[in-house]
Amino acid sequence: MADGKDDRNDLDTNGGVSRRGFLGSVVPAAVGVAVAREALSAPAAAPAVAELPAGEPAKLTLVVNGRTHKVLVEPRDTLLSVLREKLGLTGTKPGCERGECGACTVLIDGVARYSCLTLALEADGKKVTTVEGLMEGEELGPVQKAFVEEDAFQCGYCTPGQVMAAEGLLRENPEPGLDEIRHGMSGNLCRCGAYAHIFKAVDKAARFRKER
Amino acid sequence: MTDLLYWLQGPVPETEPPTAEMPPWGETKVVGKPVPRVDAYERVSGSAVYPLDFALPDMLHAAILRSPHAHARVKAIDTSAAEKMPGVRAILTAFSPGADVPWYRSRGRFYSKLFDERVRHEGDEVAAVAAETRAQAFDALKAIRVEYEEFAFVLDPRESLAPDAPLVHDGGNRYGEPARYERGDLAAGFAAADAVVEATYSTACEIHAPMEVHGSVAKWDGNRLTIWDSTQGVFVVQQMVAGALKLPLANVRVIGHYMGGGFGSKLEAGKYTVIAALLAKTTARPVKLFLTREEVFLNAGNRPANTMKVKIGAKKDGALTAIEFSSIGSGGAYPNGADTSFLATDLYTCPNVAAVDENVAINAGRARAMRAPGFPQGAWALEQAMDELALKLGMDPVALRLANVPKVSQRRGNLPYTSTGLAECLRDGAKAFGWETTRAAKKDDGPIRKGYGVAAGMWGYGGGPPARVVVKLFADGSVNVNAGAADIGTGTKTVMAQTVAEELGVPLEKIRIEHADTGTTQYSGPSGGSKTVPSDMPAARAAAVEVRTKLLAGAAEELKVPAAELKLEGADVVSTKDPAKKLAVTEVPALQRNQVIVGVGTRGPNVEGKVISMFAAHFAEVEVNVRTGEVSVTKLVAAQDSARVMNRLTFECQVQGGLVMGLGLGRTEERVLDRQTGKMVNANWHDYKIPTALDVPVAQEVLSAELVDTECNTAGAKGVGEPATIPTAAAIANAVRDAVGLRVHDSPITPPKLAALLAAAGKKG
Repeated sequence: MADGKDDRNDLDTNGGVSRRGFLGSVVPAAVGVAVAREALSAPAAAPAVAELPAGEPAKLTLVVNGRTHKVLVEPRDTLLSVLREKLGLTGTKPGCERGECGACTVLIDGVARYSCLTLALEADGKKVTTVEGLMEGEELGPVQKAFVEEDAFQCGYCTPGQVMAAEGLLRENPEPGLDEIRHGMSGNLCRCGAYAHIFKAVDKAARFRKER
Repeated sequence: MTDLLYWLQGPVPETEPPTAEMPPWGETKVVGKPVPRVDAYERVSGSAVYPLDFALPDMLHAAILRSPHAHARVKAIDTSAAEKMPGVRAILTAFSPGADVPWYRSRGRFYSKLFDERVRHEGDEVAAVAAETRAQAFDALKAIRVEYEEFAFVLDPRESLAPDAPLVHDGGNRYGEPARYERGDLAAGFAAADAVVEATYSTACEIHAPMEVHGSVAKWDGNRLTIWDSTQGVFVVQQMVAGALKLPLANVRVIGHYMGGGFGSKLEAGKYTVIAALLAKTTARPVKLFLTREEVFLNAGNRPANTMKVKIGAKKDGALTAIEFSSIGSGGAYPNGADTSFLATDLYTCPNVAAVDENVAINAGRARAMRAPGFPQGAWALEQAMDELALKLGMDPVALRLANVPKVSQRRGNLPYTSTGLAECLRDGAKAFGWETTRAAKKDDGPIRKGYGVAAGMWGYGGGPPARVVVKLFADGSVNVNAGAADIGTGTKTVMAQTVAEELGVPLEKIRIEHADTGTTQYSGPSGGSKTVPSDMPAARAAAVEVRTKLLAGAAEELKVPAAELKLEGADVVSTKDPAKKLAVTEVPALQRNQVIVGVGTRGPNVEGKVISMFAAHFAEVEVNVRTGEVSVTKLVAAQDSARVMNRLTFECQVQGGLVMGLGLGRTEERVLDRQTGKMVNANWHDYKIPTALDVPVAQEVLSAELVDTECNTAGAKGVGEPATIPTAAAIANAVRDAVGLRVHDSPITPPKLAALLAAAGKKG
C-alpha cells in the first residue's frame, strides 16, 4: 500500500499535526484540569522544544527508574507514549490522553505530573519515576502495599496513577491530614469509585513510609 | 442483548444438575473474611498486562473514522490520499470487499452494518485505517475525504414519535410495541386512596466511561483468530465475532485476563473487534485497535435518558393502593434496553399497578446495559414519588416504606423470595445513619441547609446456570482453578479462590486462578447483572467438593477406613474416629500416581417456585448552599441485602463504588447534545463530570443485612454490584428536598438548576 517504499520504521510525520497544533489542543485542556498540586500547574518547559523542526526525530535522554535511556522520538511524542511504547513500561496507563484523569501520573524530578500532558522532550535529562520504579526488587513499595491492604481499587486500571499521585503527595507532605489527602488525590479519577479506600490507603502509606 | 445477558424474567436456561451435594456453609474460615485480592500484586505493581498494554511483534495500529454528523448518508469516500501516506497498510470502508458485515441485531433483524452508508449518530463508523504507528493511523484518517448528504435528526426521545419527526430507521422510530404490565384495578385503587401524588421525573443520559478505553488486538494464524479484548465476557465476544466472520467458535479464541472497568459497556463485541480482525486479515499482520476517550463517550454505550410519570395512591396508614408508571427512553440510534418500570411494579406491596415502557430511536449513540440498567432511573422516579407521598401523608419516609415491604414478587407470579432484606436494610440503615435523631435536630437558618433523604431499591436477578469451573489439585497440594468469568474489578478471582480454599483448606497463596480465555477455560456468562458470584461460585464450590471427595476416597484406600470417616484438615486427611489415622494430602497415592486430581463443578438450576432478588436502602445527608444552589453530599449510608458477603473488604469497596456512581447520576453526570448540530458537546472528562475525590463524602458507611439464604444457591450469596447503585441518586434528591423544600425532578441536580428553582420560589438566601 502507500507509496511503495518501506517506511515501516520511519518517523515521518507528513500530514500529521504540527507541534503548534498539538500544543494548541493541549493547553486549554490543561488549564481546565482540576490541578491538585501547584507543581502540576507550573508551566511546562516549552521553549526548549520550540527550537526543533516538526517531523524530525530528536535525541532524548531519559533517566527512568534510575536507568538512563537514549531514544529517538518525534517532537509530538508524549512522555506517556515513550514510556509505554519505546521503553515497554506499561504500568503507566493512558486514560484520556488530555490531562483529565491522572491514570498516566508519574514523578518527574520527584513531583507528580501527567505524562500525557508532558512532551517526551520536556523530560529530557530529567529523572522520571513510574509505578515500576516504586518496587523494591520483587517487593511492593510502601504505597503499593497500603493500596493492597486497604483494597484501594477495583479494576485496578487507574491504580498505578493513584499510587504515583500518592507517592508524589507523600514526598511533598509526609504526614497529610484527610483533607490534604482528598485534595492531593483529586487529580486522579477512579470510575470504580474506590475513593474512600484510597484515602485510607494513602493514610496508611504515610505510616508505612515513616516506619521504614 | 440486555435481556439475553440479564435474564430478568423468563425461564432459566437448561442446565446440568450440580455435580456434588453441598449443604449450606455454616461458620466459614475463609469465605467472608476481609482478605486482600489474590491479584492485588499485579494491579498495584504495574505488572498486570491490560488489553491496552498488549503488543505483538509486527503489530499494526488502527483507528476509526467516524461520522461528524448526527444523521447523514455517505455519498462518496475518497481514500486515495490517505492510502499514499507514510505507514498506511490498509483502509476499510463500506465499499471494501469483506466489510459488508451486518451489525446491531435485535428482534431477529439487523439494524446496521459494520460501516453503514447511512450514519445515524455522531460517531457512527465510516472507515478504518491500519498503519505502522498509531499516530500514522490518525494522520491518515484526516486525509480521508467523505462527502455526506445530511438529514434532519431527532435527539429527544419525547420528540421521536411526533408525526413530523425524522425517521432514524425506515419503518418508524419505535423499537417494538410499548411494553405494558397490569395487575388489579387501577381506577379502584386510586378511588380507595386517602392521598395521591403525581409528577414527572427525568434522568439525564449517563456514559459508562470506564478508565480503560474499549478495544481489541487481533491476530490470525491461518484461519484461526486470537483476540485480546477489554471485555466483561470473552465468550460473548467469541460468539459475536464468530458469527460476524462466519468462523467456527473453536477458531476464535478470546482472551481477557485483565480489563479496566466496563459497568456493562463491555458485555459485547464492539465493531472495533471485528474491524481489527478484518484489518489483520487484509494486512496479514496483527492489529491493535483501541478507541480514544472521545470515541468512548460517543460510541461505546450509555445509560439512556428516561422521562417517567408516576402516580401513587395510599391509605392513611401508608398502605399503597395504586401505582401508575409510564416511561419513555431511547436505546439510541440502534436498539438496546431503555425500560425502567420494574421497580414500580415489584419493590412495594401494591394490589393495583399499571406500567408502560416505551423505547424509541434517536440520532445519538446506542445505549448499552449500564450498572442495573433501568433501575437507578426507575428509583429516581419511584423513590422521589414515595417521598412526596410520605410528606402528603405526614409519615416518616422510612415508616412509609416499611409499611409496604413485599413478601412475594408480585411482578413474577406472586412467588416468594428466597430472602427479603428490605425491612432490615431500612431499619439497620436508619439506625446507623441516625435517621431520627439527626432529622429531629435539623435547623433551618443561614445559607447552608442540611437535609436528609432515604431511598430503597432492589435488583431482580440473582444469577443462574450455565456455569462450570474446573479445580485441579496438584501433587504438591497447590491448586489451579479454571473458570471462564472475567474479573471486572469486582474481585471474582479472589472470592473464587476463597470458595475453593474453604472446601480444600489450601492457603490462598497456593491457589492460582486461570480465567477469561475461551481457548483454555470453562464457559461462563459475561460478568454483568451482579450474577458472577451467584452463578459461578456454586460451580467453583462443586468442583472443589469433587476434588475433596476424590482425595478422601484415595486416602481411604491407603488408610483402610471408610471415606465417610475421613475429613480434610489443613494439609492432612484425618480420621474423625481415630486421630492417629492420618495421611498428608501429598501422600495420597491416587494424587501421586496421577500427579493431579481434577474436579469439575457445574451450577445447578435455581430453586423452583421462588424468586431471588437483592435489596438495598440508602441514606444521604446533604448541605445545600441556598445562595449558589451547590449541593454537597456529606454522608452516605448503604444498607445492602446480598445474603452472604463473600469478602467483607471487596464487598465494602464495591458498595462504595455503587454510591459514587449513584452520586454521579444524582449530582453531576449528563450527556449534553447540541440541538443545532446533533453533536455531543461534552465528550470528555473535563466537561462530562464523574465524581472525583472531592465530590464524594468522607463519611461513607456500608452495612450488610447478612441474611442467611440457603435457597438462593449453594454459596448462599446473591450478588451486590448493581443494587449498590440503584437507590443512591434518589436518596440524594430526597435529601435536597428535605434541605430546601424544593424538588428537582430532573437529574442531575446541578447548581444552576437548583439556583433557578430557589430563585423562582423566593428561597435564595
